[in-house]
This record gives sequence, C-alpha cells and structure tokens, in this order.
Amino acid sequence: MGNSLNAWSEALVGFTPMGLPLGLVILAAIPLVFIALYSLTYGVYGERKISAFMQDRLGPMEVGKWGILQTIADILKLLQKEDIVPTSADKFLFVIGPGVLFVGSFLAYAVLPFSSSFIGASLNVGLFFAIGIVAIEVVGILAAGWGSNNKWSLYGAVRSVAQIVSYEIPAAIALLCGAMMAGTLDMQKITMLQSGSYGFAHFFLFQSPIAWLPFLIYFIASLAEVNRAPFDIPEAESELVAGYFTEYSGMKFAVIFLAEYGSMFMVSAIISIVFLGGWNSPLPDIGSFALNAWTNGPVWGVFWIIMKGFFFIFVQMWLRWTLPRLRVDQLMYLCWKVLTPFAFVSFVLTAIWVIYVP
Amino acid sequence: MQELDIAGMGSTRVTRKGNNVVVLEKDLQTEQMVLAMGPQHPSTHGVLKLECLTDGEVVTHAEPYLGYLHRCFEKCCENVDYQAVVPYTDRLDYLAGMNSEFAYAITVEKLLDIEIPRRVEFIRVIVAELNRIASHLVAIGTYGIDLGAFTPFLFCFRDREIILSLLEWASGARMLYNYIWVGGLAYDVPADFSKRVMEFVTYFRPKTVELYKLLTENEIFVKRTRGIGIMPADVAINYGWSGPMLRGSGVKWDLRRNDPYSIYPELDFEVPVPDGKVSDIGDCLSRHLVRALEMDESLKIIEQCIQKMPSSEGFNARSAVPKRVRPKAGEVYGRAENPRGELGFYIQSDGKSTKPLRCKSRSSCFVNLSAMKDLSKGQLIPDLVAIIGSIDIVLGEIDR
Repeated sequence: MGNSLNAWSEALVGFTPMGLPLGLVILAAIPLVFIALYSLTYGVYGERKISAFMQDRLGPMEVGKWGILQTIADILKLLQKEDIVPTSADKFLFVIGPGVLFVGSFLAYAVLPFSSSFIGASLNVGLFFAIGIVAIEVVGILAAGWGSNNKWSLYGAVRSVAQIVSYEIPAAIALLCGAMMAGTLDMQKITMLQSGSYGFAHFFLFQSPIAWLPFLIYFIASLAEVNRAPFDIPEAESELVAGYFTEYSGMKFAVIFLAEYGSMFMVSAIISIVFLGGWNSPLPDIGSFALNAWTNGPVWGVFWIIMKGFFFIFVQMWLRWTLPRLRVDQLMYLCWKVLTPFAFVSFVLTAIWVIYVP
Repeated sequence: MQELDIAGMGSTRVTRKGNNVVVLEKDLQTEQMVLAMGPQHPSTHGVLKLECLTDGEVVTHAEPYLGYLHRCFEKCCENVDYQAVVPYTDRLDYLAGMNSEFAYAITVEKLLDIEIPRRVEFIRVIVAELNRIASHLVAIGTYGIDLGAFTPFLFCFRDREIILSLLEWASGARMLYNYIWVGGLAYDVPADFSKRVMEFVTYFRPKTVELYKLLTENEIFVKRTRGIGIMPADVAINYGWSGPMLRGSGVKWDLRRNDPYSIYPELDFEVPVPDGKVSDIGDCLSRHLVRALEMDESLKIIEQCIQKMPSSEGFNARSAVPKRVRPKAGEVYGRAENPRGELGFYIQSDGKSTKPLRCKSRSSCFVNLSAMKDLSKGQLIPDLVAIIGSIDIVLGEIDR
C-alpha cells in the first residue's frame, strides 16, 4: 500500500500542465490547507471530546454524528456575529492583533516537513526560523491586550509577553541539543537523519542517554509558549476574565482561538521532528518482515507526523484538564531557576556526547 | 496584631507569620491602578464587587462592595406569618437551603417551646447533612476552578446531582425546598429514602478519596494555597468568623458540638481541625481541607441517623406543626451550624401578631467576608482569587 501511495505522490509531482509545476504547488499546499486547518478543526473538537471523556460528560453530540461537525457550526456562527470594536479601544491595534497572532502561529508551518515531499519551504535554517517566528505572536498578544483598553486585557498581555519571552530561552536551548545531534538546522535533514530500518531506535530521543532531558524541557517550555495549562496565566479565566482577548468577539475571537490551536500543533510537530523522527515510521523491521519499509513514504509520512503531533496535543489536553494553574511568580521561578539551568546542563552534556561518543 | 502600613513602601508582597506581618518581596513603586473586580467577574462567586488598588500585580488595598443581590429578607419577614418565612430562608444560602430552614425552624420552635417528633429530628439532620455535603462539593469544585483546575468541578457537580435528586425526591424541589417547617416537615420522606441514601453514602466514600487525590494532594494546588491568606486564630475570633473558616484557623468550634441542637449530641462525629502537617494553620489550604474532611463526617452522621431513625409507622410529619403561630411576647436567638458557618436568627415577637416583629438574620458569609480587606493587603491578584474562593461566599446570604 505504501508503495502505491508513493507512486501517487510522485505522479503528482510530475503533473506539469502547460509547463507549470502545478503538481508541486498542490503538494506544497496540501499540508497548509488540509493538514493545518483540519488538524485545527479536529483539535478543537478533540479537546472538547477529550475533556468530556475526562469529566464524565458526553461533549458535543448534536451537530453531525457524535457532534463531529460542531467546530464547523461554531465557526459559521462566529462568522455571522457582529464585529464589535469597543469605542475606547485603539482600533488599529485591536484589529491587527488577532491577525498578527494568527500569522505568527501559521508561518512556522512553512518549514515543517510533513513528509519527504510535503514541505512548504525547505530552509537550511528551518529550525531557527520556527523558533524565531513564534516570537511574532508576542507582538500580536501585546497589540490585542493594549489595544483593547481593558485593564484585564493589559494584565493578560503583560503576563503573556513576560512568559513567552522567558520560556523561549529554555525552549530554544533544548531544541539546539537536537540540532547539535543532527549537525544541521534544516528540518528535513534532521528528520532524514533519524530514519533507518530499526524505526524508533533511530530517533534522537533514543540515540543518546541525555536526550530525554532537552525533550522534557522543550515539552514543558512549549506548554508555556502556547499558553496552555498549567501555564495558561495570560488568559487565566478565573483571574483575568479572559486575559488579552477579553474584549474580542465574533470572528476575531475565532482567529485568536484558531491561532492557539495552530501553535499547539506547531510545537507538537516541532518536538516530534527534533526528537521523535518527524515523518519517519516508528515501526522497526523484524527480520524479513519489513514493517519499516512498508510504513514509510510521502503519504505515510504525513500520517506519522500528524499522529505524533496529535499524541502531544493529547498530552497537552490531558495536562490542561488535570492540573491547576501556577501563579505568575511560580511560573517565572520555574523558567529561570529550574528549566534554564537544566537546559544549559543538557546542552553541555549533549555537546560532550556528540563530540566524544561517535 | 501588627498593623502594616504599606503606603509609600512600593509594591510589597506580604504574608503573616503568627501575629507578625512578613514582607515576602519588595519592588519599586509604580503608578497605582484601580481595578474593579466584579460584579461581573468569573471568580467573585456571584455579584460581589471588589475595588482593588493594584501596583503591578500586587493588591495594595481591596474594598468589597455588597448589595447587588439585596432582596429585603428581613423586611419581608415582618410582613408574613412565621411559617411563610421558611421559603425565604431557602433563598438566603441557596446552596444549603435545608440548613437555613433548619436554623429558622429551631429558632421559632425555641420561641414557641414545642416538642418535635423524634423521626422529624432524624429526617431533618439527614437532609441537612446531605445538603452540607452538596454545599461543600460546590465550594470545593468552584475553588478548583478559581485555581484553574476545571475537572474536579464537574466531578463535584456529578456527585452533587445525586444529592439534589434525593432531596428533590423528598421535597419536590431541587434547591429551594420549603421542606423543614416550623414544628415538623412538609412530608415524610419517601418509602425507600433510607435505602437510596445509604446507596449514596457507599457510592460517595471512594469519590471523596478520588477528589482528595485529584485536588487536595495536587502539588500545584498545594503551592497555590499553602501559606496564602493566613488568618491567626485570635484575629479570626475577633472578626466573628465561624464554620470551616474558623476551624481552618485551628479553633475547634462547631455549633453542633459547642451549642448542640436537635439530635446532634446523640451522634458520634469529629470536628476536623487542621493539624498543621499538610497546611499552615489558618491558610487557604486549611480551610479547603476542613471542608474536604467535613464531608466524611457528614457521611458518618447520615449513616448513624439512618440506623437510629424510628420507623415511619403511625408517623405524621405535620403532627406538631402549629396551625397558627402566635408566640408569647419575647425575643429569641437561635443558631445552627451551616456549611458556611453560624447562621443565626434573632426573632422578636410582640405576643399579639402571627408575624414576627423583627427577624434579623446573622449571616456567616457576611461576617467571614468582612476580613477581606485585611486578608487581601499585599497579595497578588491570583492569591486574591484564591482567598475569595477559600472564604466560600454565597452572595444570596451576604446581601439577603
């Protein structure tokens, strides 16, 4: 089956009507349009279903079978809503805030390799780009919080900026450990270095005895970067009403919401690319039973990376519906006094491992 | 207690150690901002408004504003018969209607000096303790929400739903029961009531353990509540605190034991007080802990009541209900241990009318909330939310 799927995608690359590489364009657009948006829509649906499962409820059941179309119905409802801008708000900042936020979370999708042939832009500094572009979200959050002219929004925005800027440091150092093991910042190359017939044994997480440390640090820091519980203090609904998006309604609210889920999938994809082999199949070959070869290929790759991404999204949701929220100062303590020193330690240990252990 | 003057000291976070105030953290003073928390705020538990003066995230001053839910309870009472006050008492603390009715009923019975059938007393205690559990479940669940844990809330409401349907079965209403009447009950409980209550007790025991593991022992929850909003015992007594709030400060004071009413002296139960092992005495965690442990005690009480309850043969729930309540001239103060503390009614009768001359209610939440100004000084906004949650206010009772 894998081979026929490979053949199908290769045929699509060869599809060049009137000399235009249309097939390639379609292939590049598939991740963004389908994977990103569908993963978002079903990320929201999944969150509601998973939380319902954890809380002894049913969750959405009315729209479509098992409420499967609920997110689409919600988006349609939000689209029809009146677009309200508070009179005392800074109109320009209020309007561009959600846009910048959305762009920030979606630009990183350009460098995520969804499979050996699905990648928006195969940059040689892909990982660096992905780390850096997330910082744009901060601008959007600050614009939204300040532009709302609401005290709760301002608190949310200030908290959020402090949080995201701080947590970028341990997150970036942890990712650098992965980059060091690969010797490149090209996400496609990082993924390819983790392929092999032993499946998961080639993943960076299992390649070095230290890798679990940057892996854990990045996972915790990424929770803070995308404002998920237990680090959801910028939007802490019981303290700050809704944080930086208190004043937003209608489609602008939906855009902020989608950006959050976009970021969630993005950090999950990055952690699976750097530490868990990205689009590589985790199944090993067992003797002549070539499981790994059968389950690898461009379309299988998309399947694997989305499954890995969804796994991390599931863990994020699991944490969100289990844990209370940290306080602001406890959050900063965790970042500067726990995660950052350990990130440096793992950085040095990984460097020693890479240099002295072949 | 040492007064702390933080004017001109900049943004200062403080906490209490014994009777002293200790500065935790000091920052440069910035421009102060007035922050109106409520009446439409998710964690003020209703329509409480707190006007906070904040310096960065530190609250330097918080002033509670009340009265958004004022319904003239006391004036209404002067215009209706003694019996007709009972439905109004439901609406005081709407999360524990049975307890409020109980407090009112024993007050008027004290004034009338009438004898109540024994089975009525048992049923009253059973429904009141069931309602206490339901009320504590709401308190614990919403406290979880205040600190960002959403799941315990729904677990609590799932279990509370069973209690509500039991009480609905007995009284016909889910929250505003009008079940405990002056001198008796509206009806006897349904035939299988004791069996169903016992089923609930066996179902609920493991759930309290689950809740304890999920919330009370959670590392982040402990970090958020331990040492926050400390109230020393003597200050708490001076403020007139009662109920779980006072017990959280380490004072073993429970009206069911200290000023016994109904059949409580015959029952065997503990008054849980924090021992300072898992919490600092008087902090938010202690108050939460007291509520969590009290649910187990209530289960014990219910079990004993079901075993000891006289049978329903030849029983009429309204046998002692007076047709007309016209007490002799005089005054009476009756009180009962509500889930939130002491609910007292002070009733004055002129001896001629069937209506009370004056009916003052002493609300536990109102008194407990009066310490808010003191507790909130020099706390972070998230801690302020934790403190409000631990007071467990019901605005219906504060504003009356």
